[in-house]
Amino acid sequence: MTARAEPIGGRLVTAASTALVGLFSLAAVTIVWRLVAGLGATTALNDGYPFGLWIAFDVVTGAALATGGYAVGILVYILNKGRYHPLLRPAVLTSALGYTLAGVGVALDVGRWWAIWKVPLYFWHWNFNSALLEVALCIMAYVAVLWLRLAPVLLDPLANRNERLRRAIGRFTTALDRLSIPIVALGLLLATMHQSSLGTLMLLAGSRLHPLWRTPILPLLFLISCIAMGFAVVVFESALSSVAFKRKPEIGMLASLAAIIVPLQVLFVALRLGDLWWRGDLAQLLAGDGRSVVAAFEYVVFLTPVVILMSARNRRDLGALFRAAMGMMFAGALYRFDTYLVAFNPGAHWSYFPSVPEITVTVGLVAFEVLAYIVIVKRFRILAAPRVEGQAA
Amino acid sequence: MGLTRRAALQAMLTAGAAAAGVRPATAGDRPPADAAGLLYDATLCIGCKTCMVACREANGLAPDTTASPHGLYQAPLDLSVRAKTVIKLYRDGPVQSFVKAQCNHCIDPACASACMLGALDKREFGIVTYDPDLCIGCRYCEVACPFNVPKFEFASRTPKIVKCELCKERLARGQEPACTDVCPRKAVVFGRRTELLKEAKRRIAENPGRYVPRVYGETEAGGTQVLYLSHVPFEKLGLPALGDEPAPQLARTIQHGVYRDLIAPMALYATAVMAMVRNRRSENRGREETHDDGAR
Repeated sequence: MTARAEPIGGRLVTAASTALVGLFSLAAVTIVWRLVAGLGATTALNDGYPFGLWIAFDVVTGAALATGGYAVGILVYILNKGRYHPLLRPAVLTSALGYTLAGVGVALDVGRWWAIWKVPLYFWHWNFNSALLEVALCIMAYVAVLWLRLAPVLLDPLANRNERLRRAIGRFTTALDRLSIPIVALGLLLATMHQSSLGTLMLLAGSRLHPLWRTPILPLLFLISCIAMGFAVVVFESALSSVAFKRKPEIGMLASLAAIIVPLQVLFVALRLGDLWWRGDLAQLLAGDGRSVVAAFEYVVFLTPVVILMSARNRRDLGALFRAAMGMMFAGALYRFDTYLVAFNPGAHWSYFPSVPEITVTVGLVAFEVLAYIVIVKRFRILAAPRVEGQAA
Repeated sequence: MGLTRRAALQAMLTAGAAAAGVRPATAGDRPPADAAGLLYDATLCIGCKTCMVACREANGLAPDTTASPHGLYQAPLDLSVRAKTVIKLYRDGPVQSFVKAQCNHCIDPACASACMLGALDKREFGIVTYDPDLCIGCRYCEVACPFNVPKFEFASRTPKIVKCELCKERLARGQEPACTDVCPRKAVVFGRRTELLKEAKRRIAENPGRYVPRVYGETEAGGTQVLYLSHVPFEKLGLPALGDEPAPQLARTIQHGVYRDLIAPMALYATAVMAMVRNRRSENRGREETHDDGAR
């Protein structure tokens, strides 16, 4: 009795969508300015802080917030929890949008953007020591896999145009269906690879990365926290969709999803503290300087949702679930932001704070993502129809 | 004996010609056989900055006047896109020392390990050189370098990475690097790394008490092709206390450990496929009707 996904319909031009278009337009103008005038004229990036807001947030955090498809994919396909199937399509959609925008973020950030095509094509120059190369190639392939997974849904309305188109789309969908196992497995593999390598990447900063973040298990920590973030995003997005689009929330399903995140968050904190203790750096957490306070704050943020979700009553309360999910997303985002920016210390005479154009672009890209999500769920079969019968889960 | 520079250069260039062509990226802990470098002796440097001027001219760099009042003097404060080498001064009471900064040409460079397409790579004479054709401007090299050396032309619309390449064009013409060529005190000399290291150790042995009894760059971060002698602790001169492990070693060990022979990724892929095949079978057994597309 899987609920069938339907377009939820409704007007596309609303106050919210107009505001989002406005934010994105500002960003679009800024993007053109950045491409024409260069990085120095538009960003606060410098030789001490070569990575800034666009890498730390748009790319690294954005990709981690787009792991909903990965997390639910593991649940549905690998652990065979079919009842979460209705959550998969919206999760894959947010993933596809999130990763696409992460790709846009990279393209804007690299100084020689016109040469970016060389990365996938100059294969005889590939340097396999470079974690960044692996991340770049995996993300490119992953974006393709995600849109391929969504293609049947997005092509669906075209099928009504005429008979020939309908048959062509039907054949494509059938072929894709036959190949679904290798394609889905590839998607899961690519996500595992690049999400962990995003952790490996900062290991190369060596002693310039603060000891509270610098650990050989950085890739493992990035992987665990991205899965937790993926589930949190799904809970967040489902809760938000149910309110925004006045649909019945899948409380039971969301509650059990939230319950999965608790052990992941606890595992993350335990591994991180255990590693600090093992390396003898635990005392640094109490050093009292700026970075140690930030690190301590991270632990608090990671554990707050765990505390919220300990109570069974909270787990069945949409508001509490929503708050816990937001807390988890914030925790994972903060951890990434800190690892890439706050924990990185190139020397006392360097400083960085994102410029107005940098912030404008980041805000505008997020606005675009939200807008695209709203438009697509209103016009395509993404969200499962509201259940009429009682809670199954 | 000191180095007869001309002879050393000549010998090196012949050796280099034999080893010409594309060199495979060195990922080891040993310097390439033809490794060339600099030996900087802080006790000899008088801080005249002639090397800075010669470097700027040899590399066609615009003068960096940003730090001087009214932009009147060429006075770079640190390495920048307009200064591939800089003389700095450390002073603490009566103790003072100059120090020359430039790319140290690591034996196992973190920047080259970071670089996606090998735009930065160790090429002839083990010099870490830059090929803008392979660079997309990601600046990961800047994050990776433990010495903060590579600089990026943020102000340019077509930015490149700027760093010392040991005057590779001059070497190709049979000349030595501009900075060593003009140094009036021979505080910085050019040569084969093995010879320079021998010379540095000879100076320490023959002048007890004159130097910190260690050659910076012999083992730091896996060893560098630029070597330093000093009478004040190296950390005071901005030469960080790095371990003997090559800078990119940890990240590389983890990356290659995880992806060794691609076993882990293939195993993960196979596990995922098998789990899904099994799930689909049990699903088909579970319900009799032909499976429709359902919601994906």
